[in-house]
Amino acid sequence: MDIQDLEKRLLNDFQRDLPLEPRPFLAMAERLGVTEDEVLSALGDLRDTGAISRVGAVIRPNSVGASTLAAMAVPPQDLERVAALVSAHAAVNHNYEREHRLNLWFVVTAPDADGVAAVLDDISERTGLAVLDLPMLEGYHLDLGFALQWT
Amino acid sequence: MDMSPTRVTAADLCLVNAIEDGLPLVPRPFEDIGRRCGMSEAEVIDGLRRLQAEGVVKRLGVIVRHHELGYRANAMVVWDVPDSQVGDLGRRFSAFDFVTLCYRRPRRLPDWPYNLFCMVHGKARDRVLEQVDHLARECGVADIPRAVLFSGRRFKQRGARYSRPEET
Repeated sequence: MDIQDLEKRLLNDFQRDLPLEPRPFLAMAERLGVTEDEVLSALGDLRDTGAISRVGAVIRPNSVGASTLAAMAVPPQDLERVAALVSAHAAVNHNYEREHRLNLWFVVTAPDADGVAAVLDDISERTGLAVLDLPMLEGYHLDLGFALQWT
Repeated sequence: MDMSPTRVTAADLCLVNAIEDGLPLVPRPFEDIGRRCGMSEAEVIDGLRRLQAEGVVKRLGVIVRHHELGYRANAMVVWDVPDSQVGDLGRRFSAFDFVTLCYRRPRRLPDWPYNLFCMVHGKARDRVLEQVDHLARECGVADIPRAVLFSGRRFKQRGARYSRPEET
């Protein structure tokens, strides 16, 4: 298998199926017919190029600690500054611009609901802008990975 | 889906933080995590199995960054659905393979009238908009108010952190 095929298989086939055994990368290698070293080195390359963020877990929101989705309407000329202030919080993970009057969207996670509220309050206080708190009330679709299209 | 928090121990929390950051890319990553969390390799593996079975870990594997793979059209599609229909519609939306996440969230009137959110990732904007139209028609909600919020700049993207600041 050439490197490109190996990378495609790693990206597509293991989004939710990391083998839970002492040598998971060896188990992946055996399924793909390559060596453990080749799997480790390809995953390292994918991480270095940014194609993957990590080999790790997605945690169900609010299962350990609390989280929310927050939105702000930021004057466009202030967006970079406010976004940097938001990103600087360790409790913020995703932070995106979106095309809407509410143009800054971010996820806050903390050990408990008070911790989430404190982060939102701090951001609101430091920016003088309202922060909408949009916690998940019910989930209908679990993030089970995503079939990639190569063409 | 049950939204109540699961009781997790300090050891679980250490495990969750370790795997959210990502496994070390070494032959025996669970042994490595075990050293950090004061557990044996077998305890780490058992712990992860249990957290998966309890639904705390939704998935464990390669976490792809769609943007880098050409999925540049990332839309958050939001709908103002009558409260009595939101659960039914959320489940129907979720059956479409291009819907990657679907959640109910509160309205915040007057700023925000939408209570059902779903994510659609695609390589091209036009295609994503077609898929949203298709979704609305197939589910009989072409007439209800909706908005499509494409993502622009990404200011931050990484796994969540649940540990208390004094523990990091």
